[in-house]
Amino acid sequence: MTQAENRPVFPVDLSEQVALVTGASRGIGREVAVQLARCGARVACVARNQQLLEELVRQIENEGGQAACWSVDVTDSEQVNQVVDEVLQRWQRLDILVNNAGITRDTLLPRMQDEQWDEVIATNLRGTFLFTRAATRPMMGQRYGRIINISSVSGLRGNKGQSNYSASKAGVIGFTRSAAMELAGRKITVNAVAPGFIETDMTAALGDVFKSEVKKRIPAKRLGQVEDVAACVLFLASPAAGYITGQTIAVDGGLGVGL
Amino acid sequence: MDSIEEKVKDIIAQELDAPRDQINDSTHFINDLGADSLDMVELVMRLEEEFGVHVPEDATDKIQTVGEAIEYIKQHAGS
Repeated sequence: MTQAENRPVFPVDLSEQVALVTGASRGIGREVAVQLARCGARVACVARNQQLLEELVRQIENEGGQAACWSVDVTDSEQVNQVVDEVLQRWQRLDILVNNAGITRDTLLPRMQDEQWDEVIATNLRGTFLFTRAATRPMMGQRYGRIINISSVSGLRGNKGQSNYSASKAGVIGFTRSAAMELAGRKITVNAVAPGFIETDMTAALGDVFKSEVKKRIPAKRLGQVEDVAACVLFLASPAAGYITGQTIAVDGGLGVGL
Repeated sequence: MDSIEEKVKDIIAQELDAPRDQINDSTHFINDLGADSLDMVELVMRLEEEFGVHVPEDATDKIQTVGEAIEYIKQHAGS
């Protein structure tokens, strides 16, 4: 791999910093972890799938970065607290938290099972709460922190078949605002990023016909790439973004603008 | 002065970044030491850890001075 390929999508100096990314095994979370490492951060990669996590850590290390991984259920508060403790033991600080772990259980409302509702809310919303709570203590002590929660255009605008998912992602936005207000005095910012249609495993399930229909509605005339989202995360994670908090930034090629 | 009292005052000085000799029983967390609500949460969590006590939310609201914190710990520590 050449040097140029290893440059971050957005140039930020995060050397000496420690980041934790949930849902890091695939899609947006994986890209965010890779990019944070390219900026010099030591990255704690969290997800369920140990094998995918190990591959990610190997990739980051091959690029000359530092990373470690934890196989964790983000809905289990004991596991979450333990991971954060272990990250602190290993690297002594926690500067950046990216709450990205998310699942979909799409179906139209009359057919939605209790479990489909509960699972989505648990992973997407409870998981975000648990990791943010665990991160507040070290970040408050440091008087520095960057928390970035991955929401969705679905949470801003709604989407048929995603009442559970959009509720969880709208919940993330409300959570982001309140947390931002509580923590601003400690120099901790809390922001949300709301991706539109990004090409990942999650949207691959939607099928080609649906995707080409969606593309017509996107002013940028293309689906988003994981790098598009990672660039926004890197900016919000940077020391320069210290006066931005409680915000939700859509990374959607303009999809939400005209609606 | 007994050891609980000493220890609580040490922790308060540390957590609220205040000079140790400025801390006596009547020192008010908010009025004298400039603590905000989040400082109080941090302080109470630290005291809970150090002394193995649980301070419920309504009790936290009543702890306004150093003396009140010491009193609470003395009554509940080791119980």
